Amino acid sequence: MKQKDIAINGDSAVALAWKQINPDVCAAYPITPQTIIVEKFAEYVADGEVTTEFICVESEHSALTLCTTSSSTGARTVTATASQGLAYMWEMLPIASSMRVPLVMAVANRALSGPIDIHNDHGDVMSARDCGWLSLFSENVQEAYDMMIIATRIAEHHDVQLPILVNLDGFILTHAVERITPLDENDVKKFVGEFKPLYPLLDVKKPVSHNLMDGPMFYYPHKYQTVIGMKNALKVTKDVFKEFEKISGRKYSVIEEYKCDDAECIAIILGSAFGTMKEAVDQLRREGKKVGVAMPRLFRPWPIEDLAKLMKGKKTVIVMDKHLSVGAYGPMFPEIVTAALENDTMPKMYNYVYGLGGVDTMVSDFADVFREVKSGKAKRINYFGVKE
Amino acid sequence: MMVNMADHNSMIVGDRVIEPGNSEKFQTGDWRSQVPVLDKEKCIDCLTCWIFCPDDSILTKDGKIAGLKLSHCKGCGICAKVCPKDAITMKGD
Repeated sequence: MKQKDIAINGDSAVALAWKQINPDVCAAYPITPQTIIVEKFAEYVADGEVTTEFICVESEHSALTLCTTSSSTGARTVTATASQGLAYMWEMLPIASSMRVPLVMAVANRALSGPIDIHNDHGDVMSARDCGWLSLFSENVQEAYDMMIIATRIAEHHDVQLPILVNLDGFILTHAVERITPLDENDVKKFVGEFKPLYPLLDVKKPVSHNLMDGPMFYYPHKYQTVIGMKNALKVTKDVFKEFEKISGRKYSVIEEYKCDDAECIAIILGSAFGTMKEAVDQLRREGKKVGVAMPRLFRPWPIEDLAKLMKGKKTVIVMDKHLSVGAYGPMFPEIVTAALENDTMPKMYNYVYGLGGVDTMVSDFADVFREVKSGKAKRINYFGVKE
Repeated sequence: MMVNMADHNSMIVGDRVIEPGNSEKFQTGDWRSQVPVLDKEKCIDCLTCWIFCPDDSILTKDGKIAGLKLSHCKGCGICAKVCPKDAITMKGD
């Protein structure tokens, strides 16, 4: 059934998706700019609009511990956090993935302290990237809502069985009101279906033990199993995107491309800035410049082959990072270089670290990036906007 | 394959064990550096050691001490400590 468009901010849209999914358990600790998700969802719980067991916890570490355990018992579980909250969860992140629990977490991307800063960059999720979680990015509020529903399906697929992060840029998406077309609640329920856990802890007829001591004999093989789960997730994600298109009319790809086909120079960027960069691309196209931009919607598993295909034959690739691995690069830069190695010829590659701590990066700024690279003045790593 | 690494194909996905009670197969007695020795002459079958043993290593029959099962005994010495008649002593293993 076609739904009416609504005006809603990103956090509330995530809460709306949860309401429509009606998860079994939610435990979360409030942190700016994720707070509205939890507040809004708590209202749905209090108003009896969902049957979710909503559990107040004393910290993010407890939230993720509870959610991991809850998911392992066979309950569909959701949580949300940001920045220091994700950092505080860090100890539990690889445990959740090694336990193969398909819980879904929204991350309202915010700069990591310190210095203390509540505004948007990707410092939180990038610092958690090696923990075995699937990761999806969204450009706008509609996508944040859609990804939340899609994520549930990907994570719970029996070939995957991994926890998943759904990233939405703090404030830029979490607090900005945008127009979205939500799905009909019954369509969402039908789409996500019933959670069918494998080896749930509370199946008393088939007793199991979870999260045991491994030792060298089993640790690496278990890690390798998560590698397989991740690999499978690439195909599963593509399949779920196709299925989602059928119910929503909205088409998603693991790599979103904008005017990349005939482009000589492309930029690769994550999150809401993808939209800003599209506008910059349009401006430069009007000047006759063959430029394009792409966003890896799926960040984990890293879609190497799709990225290699994207970069094939391109003269120049600019990697836009909203986080900095201090003393090295932006974290996505070496990952894009790795994907480019799949092709016979390498493009010229530049890294721009931009917008840290929420510095506004405008259409004209992104146009300047393309111009600087074209002029030959760009360095390998560019601290964009910083007076060096 | 490296000899000390399991084959992931033969393992349940995730860090799970689906066979209940299989910790019995894990012979924790291998860790032991001290072993309890029971002197049946001094033993009064009070079963205090049986109550306190954390590893179910004290065997009983008809309400009496029947011996020690050392496969899971880690040599902690609790049985020797709690025995009111000093019927159990710890020896190097």
